[in-house]
Amino acid sequence: MNIKHFIATYTIVFAFWLLLSAHFDAFHVGAGIVCSTIVAYASHDLLFTGTGNHTLTKIVRFIAYLPWLIYQIVLANIDVAKRALSPGMPIDPRVVTFKTMLESDVARTALANSITLTPGTVTIDIVDDVFYVHAIAKEPADDLLEGAMERRIAHVFMED
Amino acid sequence: MSDTTTITNILTVVLLLTGAFFMLAGTIGFVRFPDFYSRMHATGKCDTLGEGLMLVALIVYGGATFVSVKILFLIMFILLANPTSTHAIAKAAYDVGLEPWRKLDDEVEWVAVRTESIKTEVKNDDLDT
Repeated sequence: MNIKHFIATYTIVFAFWLLLSAHFDAFHVGAGIVCSTIVAYASHDLLFTGTGNHTLTKIVRFIAYLPWLIYQIVLANIDVAKRALSPGMPIDPRVVTFKTMLESDVARTALANSITLTPGTVTIDIVDDVFYVHAIAKEPADDLLEGAMERRIAHVFMED
Repeated sequence: MSDTTTITNILTVVLLLTGAFFMLAGTIGFVRFPDFYSRMHATGKCDTLGEGLMLVALIVYGGATFVSVKILFLIMFILLANPTSTHAIAKAAYDVGLEPWRKLDDEVEWVAVRTESIKTEVKNDDLDT
């Protein structure tokens, strides 16, 4: 058992407990200590897999990536709302595939979720390193294949 | 009623209405879009922002309390869980072989092709008899 991972997981779990319980009397804090110990013991090797380094840089870069993602989500919603409400319903769905250069599971998950949240595209499947993406029209598919988002994710997870 | 409360109330109402609008647009899209996959676009995206805006409205209304922090965690969970479940449902449909709906580039051409094939069929039937 990696004691560093255990302590880090314990701290996060216990802080989360305090935040959610919002009671600071002996009974609730004591119950929190007992539960956090059990949970941290059971899952200390899940949260920190120990494969990557520069974890702090990645977290900082990911937080810096979030505002852009939220902006893309707003654009995506306006886009879908426009397509759904306009009488002509300008949609022309298609499935596109592309090969990714991302290596780690976390980076691929982040890219897949980002694709789903950004305008006009939904990730259907990932087979080996090929992404299957459903696009609602031609323009979003072209934007995706241009690869700007993949480069951003690669920068966040230091794979560029 | 003080000025700050008024501003808070106005902001809350605006955020709630915007969220409700996106939820409504998503639902209309869900009804109008032609096939399963394009419906996933409507529900997967509009729900994320619609619910997010409504929860932000609750945070603005409640102020800096522990409940607000819990709502913030809810927003983060929705941001993570919504695209994941959308992907899971779309992948399930793709795996059982549901074909995506395609719009033909030229509907007139398509009608011409259909008519031609029907004519040929009829002609062949005539030759047989």
